[in-house]
This record gives sequence, C-alpha cells and structure tokens, in this order.
Amino acid sequence: MISQDSSRRRFLQRTLAAGGALLLSGCDQLSHSAWFTKLLGSAEKLNFASQRLLLPRKAMAQEFTEADLSPFFRSNGTSNPDNPEYQALAANGFAAYRLQVGGLVARPRSYSLDELKALPSRTQITRHDCVEGWSAIGKWKGVPLSRVLEQVKPQPSARYAVFYCADPMDVVGTRYYESIDMEDAWHAQTLLAYEMNDAPLPVKNGAPIRVRVERQLGYKMAKYIMQIHLVDRLDDIAGGKGGYWEDRGYEWYAGI
Amino acid sequence: MPPPDKAAGVRTIWYRRHTWPIRLMHWINVLAFIVLLMSGLQIFNAYPALNWGKSSYSGQPPILQMGARLDAEGNPMGVTRVIGHEFNTTGVLGVSAGMDGQLAQRGFPAWITLPSQQWLAMGRRWHFFFAWVLVINGLAYIAYTLASCHLTHDLVPNRADWRSIGQSIKDHLLLRQARGEAARYYNILQKLTYLGVIFVLFPLVILMGWAMSPGLNTLFPGWVDVFGGRQSARTIHFVVAWLLVGFVFIHVFEVVISGFWNNLRSMITGRYRIGGSEDD
Repeated sequence: MISQDSSRRRFLQRTLAAGGALLLSGCDQLSHSAWFTKLLGSAEKLNFASQRLLLPRKAMAQEFTEADLSPFFRSNGTSNPDNPEYQALAANGFAAYRLQVGGLVARPRSYSLDELKALPSRTQITRHDCVEGWSAIGKWKGVPLSRVLEQVKPQPSARYAVFYCADPMDVVGTRYYESIDMEDAWHAQTLLAYEMNDAPLPVKNGAPIRVRVERQLGYKMAKYIMQIHLVDRLDDIAGGKGGYWEDRGYEWYAGI
Repeated sequence: MPPPDKAAGVRTIWYRRHTWPIRLMHWINVLAFIVLLMSGLQIFNAYPALNWGKSSYSGQPPILQMGARLDAEGNPMGVTRVIGHEFNTTGVLGVSAGMDGQLAQRGFPAWITLPSQQWLAMGRRWHFFFAWVLVINGLAYIAYTLASCHLTHDLVPNRADWRSIGQSIKDHLLLRQARGEAARYYNILQKLTYLGVIFVLFPLVILMGWAMSPGLNTLFPGWVDVFGGRQSARTIHFVVAWLLVGFVFIHVFEVVISGFWNNLRSMITGRYRIGGSEDD
C-alpha cells in the first residue's frame, strides 16, 4: 500500500508541476494558434447577441451634466494626421472639406462642413470609454447620422456604415477606418460631431468630424472622417474585420 | 504490529465527501479564475492606474498608479503610487523584466499576465471567454447546490454553528484541525467564508465587470453611479479580484495544514478519510 500511495503522490506532484508549466507557456502558444483564438473569439458573438437581446434598440447611453466634464479630454491614437491633404484642409479651416456619403444609398452626395452644421443638431454630454480602461466625459455637438441617412436614403441591402478616415496609422500609410451596423447608425446618439466642449472639434480629437457611438468603446468612434460608405459586407474591406483595430485582433462589437 | 492509530482504537472511515458535479465545477472554476486574474492584469496594464468616480480625468489624482522614471544613476525605476504614497517597486510593478529578460515599463510583470507580453486584444479575448465560463459554471453551481440541498445542508450555518463561533476562531488561530466526525462538516468560519465568496465576492466582481461595459450601461442609464461611476466600478473589480486571491491563499493554506492529500483526493475522486493514516 505504501509504495502504491507514494507513486500516486509522485503522479499528482508531476501532474501539478506539468499543469503549471503548461498553463504559463502553453497559454502564450495558444494565443498564437488560429483555432484557439477563434474559440476565444466566440465570446464576442455571445456578448453581441446577449447585449442586443437584452438591450432595447433605442436604449440611450447615460448623459451627464456640465459638472461632470473632464477638465482635460485626452487625445488617443492619432493626434495630428501625417497626411498632406488633411494638413492643407486644416490650414484653411476645413473650408474645402467635403464629407462623401455613398455606397448602398439611393442618393449619394457630399457635404461641406457648413452644410452639416445647417442640419438639425444634437448636443450630449457623454462618457468616452477607452478599450485601455480609462474614461473621460465630454460635451459633443453634431448632426445625428440618422439625419444624413434620411437624405441619402440607404438601400434595404445596406447593413453597415463604414467610416474612412484621413489619418495614416503606419509608415506605409494604412488609413484608419471603422464600421457600425445600421442599428447603431440610426441610433439617436450617433453623431457626426463637429464641436467638443462648446468649441470647434480640435485636431487632436478628430477635426473636422468624428463619429460618436456612445454605446461602444472609443476605438469605434473614428476621427478625421472623410467618407461614409454603406455596404452589405465587411470582409472585402482592408483586413476584412470591419476596422483598423479589428484587423489587429480587437472585437468588432465593442459594447464591452 | 498494527499502526499506532489502530492500536489506539481509531477506526478509519472513508466516505464520499464531494459529489462529481461539485468536483467538476470546482476545477472549472479554478481554471476560469486563474485565466481571468492573469488576463485581467494584462487588461489593467493597458492603463495601469485606478480612479474613483465617473471618469479618469476628473481633476482628482488616481488612487493607484504604476509608472516608471529614471533614478539618479539613469536606471529605469518602477514607481507605484498608492493614495499619494510613493513606493519603489522596480522589478515587480512599473518596471520589470519581460520574457526576454530586458527591463521594460509595464504595470504588472510578464509572469503574472496572460499573454505574458503586452497584448491587450488577446488579453480581452481570454478574459471575455473565461468570463462566460465562470458565469455559466457559477449559475450551474448555484442551481446544483439548491437542487441537491448542498447549500442548506452543508453551507448554511445552523444554530450549533453560531454558538461555536468563538471556539472556531480560537481553533483557526491555533491551527487546530477538526478530528473524527467533526471533520465531516464545515466549521462556521469555513461556511461563512464560502458563502461570502459564492454570494458576495463572485457576484460583485461579475457585476463590476458588467458596469464597465458601455453597452450594459444603457440598460438603466445611471445604474453604474450607484457604485460611484464606471471608474469606481473598475477599482472595485480590481480590489474584489485581489480579495478572491486572498481567499485562494487562505483556502490553499487550510487545505495544506488539514491534510493536503486527503483534501486534494476528496476534490478529485471524492474519497475523504476520517481517522487512521494515509497508509491504511
């Protein structure tokens, strides 16, 4: 009995030691394997499905008061696009800026900044949650994207709004882009914002236009928007995942 | 010659201490908790500070902050600030050696984060997948403990338990273990600790995780402010995670001193021995 028991102990000891080593080094290997990261990624579909099931379509993000405003609104990612065309627009106060809206719409068109400002606006004080973990509260004024959609009239096949941006993210000039589905595109708080904290949107926060998607994380809220394209699929755009960060492993649905 | 225990007349009793669903759910929980802790620290490292309130930029300094600066000799130094007090934590917090051995600026060190390198997107994947594992496993556990009466029989303190609380505190401080029939049952401190972990700490850490979701924030706008705001929720999430780590340390310590192999076996095969020795 004694020898059997001590061999059982040795077995358990080895199992524990092997288990620990497997956990530490194996997890790093698993993080690089396609099948396992895909399995882990299935949680995103669960998060998306359960949040869409649980939350009403029109559920509003919390709005705050002037007293809650962050004294400093952090700029993250690009703070000044390294792009000569953008710099030329900025130098001229975005007078020559045109937002192109097209794709699966009945009436594609472009908007100058003044034309966007002439549309009915919405002002909201909301909390900006970065995927990194920090939050900042800012006041945004802009035209609801729904107002623009009403004018360009999306075709029934349109499923996503894709935002193409002016900021290159690397030396080869890969541009930032993002996408949201039509449910978020039509949402009352989804704005094409041109003012932050009662002043024209600063370059570091996305001038002349950034999108506000208040029920998701900050990386969905693309800055320096040059073009909005309505599409029925995302897999044929850039890396195929629906956004610059999505192509680099972040979730397309950033409601968590 | 018979073993001393037998000579003294102590009979060895084997019994089934834990049913298979409890054993299975215990180990699933172990795996999920380890992954959630380590991937959580990876996520923390993306913004290695904790704030109180609705936002991180409210004019108030962070409660906790990990950073780096150069010391007098020009060497990188890890600095951790806790409520205005500064500590040199080089090598562990703020600045530590990565898997390549090079000192680098990071909140928690590579050996405790998942993945080991700085990789927020992958940390989130691990975290959210195993969060579902933890929640589903936890719901199954609660359903099972209710249906099997494990909760009412074994975990909820009875009158005798409450009367024994003073003795139980004394026993724990003196590291005295229950023997014979008494070892069949959880003691009062054990019951209260398990109930606290199952019904307070785990639900709280999950709720504070949900409180950080901008999507779930819209369920009842403002519900997160009950806990002080989103950044407070993040801080509570962090603190409760470490309280759970504290529980794990005490739990494993008690497992070791009250008969490590006997306890471990009872959580693997279910068999638990009362009286006698391992070799019977």
